[in-house]
Amino acid sequence: MTSSPAPMPGLTARDYKSEVKPVWCPGCGDYSVLLAITKALAELKLPPEKVSVISGIGCSSRMPAYMNSYGFHGVHGRAVALATGLKLSRPDLTVLVTGGDGDGFSIGGNHFLHACRRNVDLTYIVMDNRVYGMTKGQPSPTTEPDWDSALSPGGTGLRPFNPLVIALASGANFIARGFSGDSNGTARLIVEAIKTPGFSFVEILSPCITFRQDQRGWKKIVRPAPVDPTEDIGRAARRLMTDDGFNLGILYVGGREPYRLQLEGGEREPAELESQFVV
Amino acid sequence: MGAKADQTNSLSIALTGSGGAGVITAGNMLLEAAAKAGCYGLFARSSGPQIRGGEAAAMVRLANEPVVAPGDVFDILIAIDWHNIDRFAVELPLSTVSLVIADPSQGAVPEVIAARGARIAELPLRDLAKTVAKGRPNMIALGAVAGLIGLPGEVADDVMARTLKKRGDEALAASRDAFALGVEAAGAMSFDGPDLWTRAATRERWIINGNEAAGLGAVRGGVRFVAAYPITPATDLLEWMALNLQRLGGALVQAEDELASINMIIGASYGGTPALTATSGPGLALMSESLGLAVAAEVPVVVVDVMRGGPSTGIPTKSEQSDLNIALFGLHGDAPHLVLAPTSISDCVFTTQWAVSLAETLQSPAIVLSDQLLGQTRAIVDRPADIAFVSQRVTAEAATVEDFRRYGLAAGGISAMAIPGSPGRQYTADGLEHDESGLPSSRAGDHVSQLDKRAAKLDGFDYGNHWAEIEGDGRLAVVAWGSSTGAVREALARLGSRGHEFRLVSPRLLSPPPPARWAEALEGVERALVVELNHSAQFYRYLKGYCDPPCPVDVYHRPGPLPLRAGELVAEIEKWSRS
Repeated sequence: MTSSPAPMPGLTARDYKSEVKPVWCPGCGDYSVLLAITKALAELKLPPEKVSVISGIGCSSRMPAYMNSYGFHGVHGRAVALATGLKLSRPDLTVLVTGGDGDGFSIGGNHFLHACRRNVDLTYIVMDNRVYGMTKGQPSPTTEPDWDSALSPGGTGLRPFNPLVIALASGANFIARGFSGDSNGTARLIVEAIKTPGFSFVEILSPCITFRQDQRGWKKIVRPAPVDPTEDIGRAARRLMTDDGFNLGILYVGGREPYRLQLEGGEREPAELESQFVV
Repeated sequence: MGAKADQTNSLSIALTGSGGAGVITAGNMLLEAAAKAGCYGLFARSSGPQIRGGEAAAMVRLANEPVVAPGDVFDILIAIDWHNIDRFAVELPLSTVSLVIADPSQGAVPEVIAARGARIAELPLRDLAKTVAKGRPNMIALGAVAGLIGLPGEVADDVMARTLKKRGDEALAASRDAFALGVEAAGAMSFDGPDLWTRAATRERWIINGNEAAGLGAVRGGVRFVAAYPITPATDLLEWMALNLQRLGGALVQAEDELASINMIIGASYGGTPALTATSGPGLALMSESLGLAVAAEVPVVVVDVMRGGPSTGIPTKSEQSDLNIALFGLHGDAPHLVLAPTSISDCVFTTQWAVSLAETLQSPAIVLSDQLLGQTRAIVDRPADIAFVSQRVTAEAATVEDFRRYGLAAGGISAMAIPGSPGRQYTADGLEHDESGLPSSRAGDHVSQLDKRAAKLDGFDYGNHWAEIEGDGRLAVVAWGSSTGAVREALARLGSRGHEFRLVSPRLLSPPPPARWAEALEGVERALVVELNHSAQFYRYLKGYCDPPCPVDVYHRPGPLPLRAGELVAEIEKWSRS
């Protein structure tokens, strides 16, 4: 973390949770992600008022209200842009972005590309359940091509989007994958994502038990990635291109300098700009 | 109404040529030299959509009084070439008293110009330029204009030296020689224009365009963060901000699109930094959804829309006042917000500064409707007054009491906004309808009370006399907004000098509509005429529908890209006043 506020002693995960009861279905993977985020913040002992959680629209985008931190629940697909404006103008804050696969990769796809490329010091947590849950079960960019639904009978026939590969190709500085069923492991990934300067992308496989009951089987498929994190972008590319989507862990950590604004040193007053206009 | 330039005491000069011929450089130098010599003036440029090699015209109007609109006809048109003249001849009105100076090497004067009956003089610009090492026709042309209008030689020389400093001594010497040849050639031509040089202005004057003026107003108002996507004709506002924000400890971010820019400024403002973006019609359309977010989440932001011809891509390089409807009504749901329009180039400072102040105070998005004509016309103006607006955002500092309600139904509808970092004030800003604490709520009671709150804070605010410029006391009123105000002002001044009294009402605050103020402004008025530059009479319909004017209202309107001219309006207003 580039500008860490002084840690606060004695904070626990509970201190980062609000009193609001989530709208999520019982058994939704997102409960565990909420737990993982609060555990990570407690581990880092960040004062709640120095943390902002920004989101767009969707089940997982409801996250900010469930946290005891500052938050912004904005419009669909634009969370990363809103967070970029906040972090660039307030580098002292820890800014997390939370959302789902539809919000981040479909309507927000362009912002995802440019956030990776811009490499602002943000942590972007995508709870990927390969479905639009809030609108009751439509295919998202990460949905399998043959997944049947009312909106795309027989499946979309489209090749799923590979967010990790795209993040790497676009310049993200930290890429990891977690599983909601392992909240401690996910919390460790989030801790590292926050600590690593620049744009950190964490995909969390978070099953939708209502529209994707088949995802209940994920807990049997996921496994820790068999290799350590790499700093080698070529190796990371090969790994991510060939991975089946169920390897968990930190998969790439780069060394790019984050994008910051030069906000110091400009000490002049507006009246001092006027001389450029005087005849 | 103060003295204004009119057709007899001003000089309008056009320099035309293909892109790269240097007419814009020459036009800028003419304006700057005239300013040094004590004039007021305007310098508008016309260019096609091409990046290079298109047609260009530098259109300068000079006078001893403030110049608020383009002249009716050009006194002098000097053409370096006639490239693509068919495309923009209509932008260069001429009459039988105009002098057209043409280079015979560029062929006969095109019929579209010759047909206007102007006097034509030949000046071999290219051949003369060849007699000077590195001489350029545009400097010969500038010299000829200077000679014809009697521009004092020392100020022209001074401006030439300053403009060409970076190009080295050789370039400067070539320009001086070429300029002198032009002055000499002008001696052989007859031209009868007003003397602009013996009554030189002594007050402090600025040269500024509306885009720079809006930028200056924004930073005076406290804006320190800008996120934006390039778009004509707003880009030069952004470029001005990029450089000047650095000097103030602020910064500009180039966003990936307008959806990002509006959300970035919402994020920055949420974090406590007054923030702005500038765009044109297509960008404003893209921002509409998120402007609604700023309404619902009560985040102050300012969007300057430098309007151009629409719809769709329209005419990017030319002016129109046709984004009023989208600015007023483009947001879904019941989404009250601020819409303002500057009344002149120098008023872009005031109105933008005021917009920032209102947005911050009222925790609301504000849209400022400038346009290409205001934004890209350079003007010599009196130094705009300093205005000290109290633009304090009501913030909630560190918690002293337990029960912080971000969207509490406080008197007047303005509730304290906690800034991230303030301990104990954590809340979630939300585009979902919410209760007083900010928690999502679809309860009927919360919806009604939050809608009432957001409307009340705008409707109940005292905007004071800034809401409009009201001049004159006639029983007939002309209502103009934005860039149309200038041509109307000049038209009414001309009519006034003939003994016809009119009242001018030019509202700065377009939304929320203040019907009580409109009633005051039009008190005792028998009839009012709205003048605006769009095809569908947008302001006229808005005034009749939302502002409850106390008298019958008529309208004179037409679309761009041709600017309204005072002579045209004198004729229209006379016709209307007799009807």
